[in-house]
Amino acid sequence: MPENTLLKPVKPVGIVGYGAYVPRYRIPAKEIARIWTGGKDSVPIKEKAVPGLDEDVATMSIEAARNALLRAPVNPQEIRAVWVGSESHPYAVKPTSTIVAEAIGAAPNVQAGDWEFACKAGTEAMVAAIGLVGSGMAHYAMAIGMDTAQGRPGDALEYTAGAGGAAYLLGPAEESLAVINATFSYVTDTPDFWRRPEQKYPQHGLRFTGEPAYFKHITEAGKTLMEASGTTAKDYRYAVFHQPNTKFPQRVAGILGFTKEQIAPGLLVPVIGNTYAGAAVIGLTAILDIAEPGDRILMVSFGSGAGSDAFDILVTEAIKERQGRAPKTQDYIARRTEIDYGTYVRFRDKLAK
Amino acid sequence: MEIPRHWRLKQQRYSLVGETCPHCEAKIFPPRDVCPTCGGEAKTQYTFSGKGEVFSYTTIYEAPSGYDETAPYTVALVKLEEGPIITAQLTDLGDQPVEIGMPVEMVTRKLRSENEDRGILIYGYKFRPVLSRAA
Repeated sequence: MPENTLLKPVKPVGIVGYGAYVPRYRIPAKEIARIWTGGKDSVPIKEKAVPGLDEDVATMSIEAARNALLRAPVNPQEIRAVWVGSESHPYAVKPTSTIVAEAIGAAPNVQAGDWEFACKAGTEAMVAAIGLVGSGMAHYAMAIGMDTAQGRPGDALEYTAGAGGAAYLLGPAEESLAVINATFSYVTDTPDFWRRPEQKYPQHGLRFTGEPAYFKHITEAGKTLMEASGTTAKDYRYAVFHQPNTKFPQRVAGILGFTKEQIAPGLLVPVIGNTYAGAAVIGLTAILDIAEPGDRILMVSFGSGAGSDAFDILVTEAIKERQGRAPKTQDYIARRTEIDYGTYVRFRDKLAK
Repeated sequence: MEIPRHWRLKQQRYSLVGETCPHCEAKIFPPRDVCPTCGGEAKTQYTFSGKGEVFSYTTIYEAPSGYDETAPYTVALVKLEEGPIITAQLTDLGDQPVEIGMPVEMVTRKLRSENEDRGILIYGYKFRPVLSRAA
């Protein structure tokens, strides 16, 4: 293996603050099955989070970023990048990131841009932020993965396309609640899922989304990161993977040698759905909420198109004091109002008017 | 064309940025550069905590143009922790009843979209019931 296989910054970088966000509303998968299959389909999750009428990726990113800042004793004017990864940006042209940067007080001396790589846009922004901080160009950079995912009525994706995500403030390792030891990315041109311009809903390659896409990229990224780091699954207290449904992350965890207990705290898809660019990163916030100093965490995202970013993370002593400074991921999950399919149709603007 | 007005008001709308009076320390929202309490000049920026309580409220069923997408919705007079009373929509109520004195917190939300799907999106403060947190 070449010496520079892993992505490592010149200066050590870590997570200074993190914050999650999940909207209040939930639609049970069995309610969706009631409409399309008479309730006869087996459903891939219990329920998914649905954004309210006044929510979008900008507003949800603002709340997650504010939570990250509550955990980080940082003046927002010192942040040099606000990057939002999503496939549901509210504008086709006009950055979500400028709205977020303005709302958290980071504007105007800041990089702001929107990232797009299906479900790994958020971790792509995180890796770039590690580079920006680790090179010394910036002291702090905010990377966000957030989505209000689209599912065509009646499509298999409608059961799982959820809403939520997380924000990470990256900064110097010595100020961090968790240090990022290294990352590794594995990317190929694999057309498993896509959305063409001006199309409201994505298309997917059915069974092609599994073996050559999700499983291949996550296992390659995870395996290589561990080999190059000299670790095995046993060295990690927790692991979190992209989670489009309940089965895929459970199976890929098994392939990489992880147990059910290691992935349980970060496996949120059964109760909030697949939050796309937010999925792996909000799993990580749920883990950080309960992590202890010294815990090692493996995170591997997956984005269709396709690629995976793997992260080797080590929790520091600073975690205990910062966990309680902002709402925890499970606080948002516990805040829950169930809606029926009719309300869901209105909230998600699925009616032609 | 209201774009300049929305642009000018973005800081106060996104983040509840008002003013504090250097003479009598009253907190001022919306910012107006003159203290309504003592009449002195007050131009020092102050970001409100966003915490407050419902002072009074009503539910709008016949919404003005531009707001009909989200009707019915509840508008409240919110008494901020720092003193001022402001008008704002309540959000994320779910099936929770609104009560006078109910503690609320500020969130930044989409207020409306101009010119249906073609214009700018206008964001600003709303208030929601304080998020419960496990001990």
